[in-house]
Amino acid sequence: MKRIGVFICWCGSNIAATVDIEKAMAAARTMPGVVHVDQNKYTCSGIGQAMIRGAIKEHKLDRVVVSACSPRMHENTFRKTVEAAGLNPYYLEIANIREQCSWVHKDKEAGTDKAISLIRTAVAKASRNEALFATEMPIERRALVIGGGIAGIQAALDIADAGYEVDVVEKEPSIGGRMAQLDKTFPTLDCSACILTPKMVDVSQHEKINLITYSEIEKVEGYVGNFTVTIRNKARSVDMEKCTGCGDCTAKCPSKVESEFDVGLVKRKAIYTPFPQAVPNKPAIDRANCRWFKSGKCKVCQKVCPADAIDYEQEDRLVTARYGAIVVASGFDTHKLDKYGEYAYGKHPDVITSLEFERLLNASGPTGGKILRPSNGQTPKNVAFIQCVGSRDKAKGNPYCAKVCCMYTAKHAILLSEKIPGAKAFVFYIDVRTPGKDYEEFYNRAYEEYGATYIKGSVSKVFPDGEQLIVRSVDALSGALIELVVDMVVLATSVDARSDAKELAQKLSITTNAHNFFNEAHPKLRPVETHTAGIFLAGACQGPKDIPETVAQASAAAAKVTVLLNKKSLLSNPSVAEVNLKLCSGDMSCMVVCPYGAITEKMIEERRGRDMIKRRVADVNSALCQGCGACTVACRPGAINLKGFTNEQILAEVDAICL
Amino acid sequence: MKVTTDKINSNLISEVEEISGQKVSACFQCAKCTGGCPVVWAMDIYPHQVLRYAQLGLADELLNSKTLWICAACQTCDSRCPRGVDIPKVIEALRLILLRAKGGNYLHPNDLPAKVLENAPQQGLVSAFRKYAK
Repeated sequence: MKRIGVFICWCGSNIAATVDIEKAMAAARTMPGVVHVDQNKYTCSGIGQAMIRGAIKEHKLDRVVVSACSPRMHENTFRKTVEAAGLNPYYLEIANIREQCSWVHKDKEAGTDKAISLIRTAVAKASRNEALFATEMPIERRALVIGGGIAGIQAALDIADAGYEVDVVEKEPSIGGRMAQLDKTFPTLDCSACILTPKMVDVSQHEKINLITYSEIEKVEGYVGNFTVTIRNKARSVDMEKCTGCGDCTAKCPSKVESEFDVGLVKRKAIYTPFPQAVPNKPAIDRANCRWFKSGKCKVCQKVCPADAIDYEQEDRLVTARYGAIVVASGFDTHKLDKYGEYAYGKHPDVITSLEFERLLNASGPTGGKILRPSNGQTPKNVAFIQCVGSRDKAKGNPYCAKVCCMYTAKHAILLSEKIPGAKAFVFYIDVRTPGKDYEEFYNRAYEEYGATYIKGSVSKVFPDGEQLIVRSVDALSGALIELVVDMVVLATSVDARSDAKELAQKLSITTNAHNFFNEAHPKLRPVETHTAGIFLAGACQGPKDIPETVAQASAAAAKVTVLLNKKSLLSNPSVAEVNLKLCSGDMSCMVVCPYGAITEKMIEERRGRDMIKRRVADVNSALCQGCGACTVACRPGAINLKGFTNEQILAEVDAICL
Repeated sequence: MKVTTDKINSNLISEVEEISGQKVSACFQCAKCTGGCPVVWAMDIYPHQVLRYAQLGLADELLNSKTLWICAACQTCDSRCPRGVDIPKVIEALRLILLRAKGGNYLHPNDLPAKVLENAPQQGLVSAFRKYAK
């Protein structure tokens, strides 16, 4: 008979308010094998853990059940506790009476009954728990950063400076991302290019960093310390070795399309570098819009190229590389405005998005940094800024706050008045949110020093009136109806997850929230990790955030990566599948369902009667097995078991609930 | 006009929410409804204020306002509300609260000759019961 100790946690009032601890303790004492029962207000605390260690020694416990919160929260904590007292860490069993009981029930009597049931289940399993031993695995000391915006750039630089090789995969022809599109940055108004482009150069010149631009992630296999990633190098149609970046091809190219970098305000060529400071500063052919690829005529770029670098025959290449850790820094998209007909975006050229306004402000933008009305090229005098367009809108937009709009709108109001003396900014807001160092002061300056008029009221309609636009709203504070005649309207467009975020999440086996932003492992305590070990998050792919926060998160992710790559080896999860060769019939159902390719077939020789026969059986590669248990379900003879979750253990749990 | 704890704690908001099926507490006062209302010029309390008054429990001010009888239920506000509040339904609920409290139907079905009952449209009859009861 095993000697089981049961420790019931109050979790303050989290559990104790819904579960009668005394009653649960009394019930636990009657369970088979239980020789000791105790309780604690906070079992995870130092005192709580000391209580468990003491009880193991005093009562000679050989199995421990902690009934507390989810194993996701503290299984590791308590495994270490029992290990410190000399037990195998896998002798611990958790009964989750918080997330699966007290948090979801109100009725104390029913909650107590359920908690007792869950404890009985855990006791039944604990009595059958076997010692398991983790093995050591080597680590590939190389990191992959997905995305070459400011988040990816910062993470790559920090990891590389720590001495590890980093590959940065960027899907556009140049790194730089969203920050490269911006003009000035709040709250200090330093120019985005002045602080970003040196970092871009650093990345391109760092001996430990390898830039892989115009490429996308195709497939991710493996596990922490040992990822195998397939990267698609899209055909650039330009030989990067030969190209000198002279730009003759771009100058002569006859095909014009809307520039993504300048958000459609100007045209770019089909052979192009996204912007003048691009890194690498070498063009790519956008085949969908290239005359040669569309009609088989042209080849002008090839004719003018002095380096003979144009290569129409290039094909996409798939490259496979191994990494120990991955940082996802894939950024964000701006919200599509097709559901906001009331703002006349797309109907009137002087209604523009904040990103378009940003390009108008930018010295390398389509107007050379002059704010001009797209309709007639004249200087605007009165400009309305509408905040929360697509944000805080559960009816037809994003229910969440995009976090950056209040600050960039204040910046726009300030820059408008700096660039055009006498110009006036009208900012329509719902609430102004400025939490951040020096942010409130920056916003204060917009209306105190730069004369912006802030109006609490959402704009209901924008419509043209001759050469100008009428903005209709109300000042909710005074109750005065508002009808402004303005020259331009700037919409503070919300922040969305990347349109392909869900796809990338599936490739990486990480999770997303309802809006396709990648989930961190814990919103407070593990903000840069994902639930998939070895994969970390940086920047707006995890949720809307501004540059200071993005850079901080990127450096945090880089720190986590270096901690991982610094380890001598990793301990594997010993909960892997195991084949009972005597029972295995060799029909390989397990191999078919295994999502990790961890099961292969092997031939074994065995004696049958007087003969030696050869027989096919399943073989598990324990380094690849992730312990999902799919094989154990598929196996008809019941020959394959997941260690730590054997059929016997699971059935004991079911019996404990049902019998 | 004065806001007190008693007023805020009154059941006005829950009554309006129950009758209208709309979440009055969801309104965060962006006032987009008022900005686009075509009959706002004739109102004494603006649409966004109707919701605010309801949140604060200002029953007397709300129920005596002209706005309740001016809203044409054109649904412009509803189509733009970022919080998904159907404001005409809220205003209809306020009208119902008022009418139910006043009782005193103008017409009673029993007063009508059977012939009229047979031929008259039901909706028209129901409206007629309370039409002049305000």
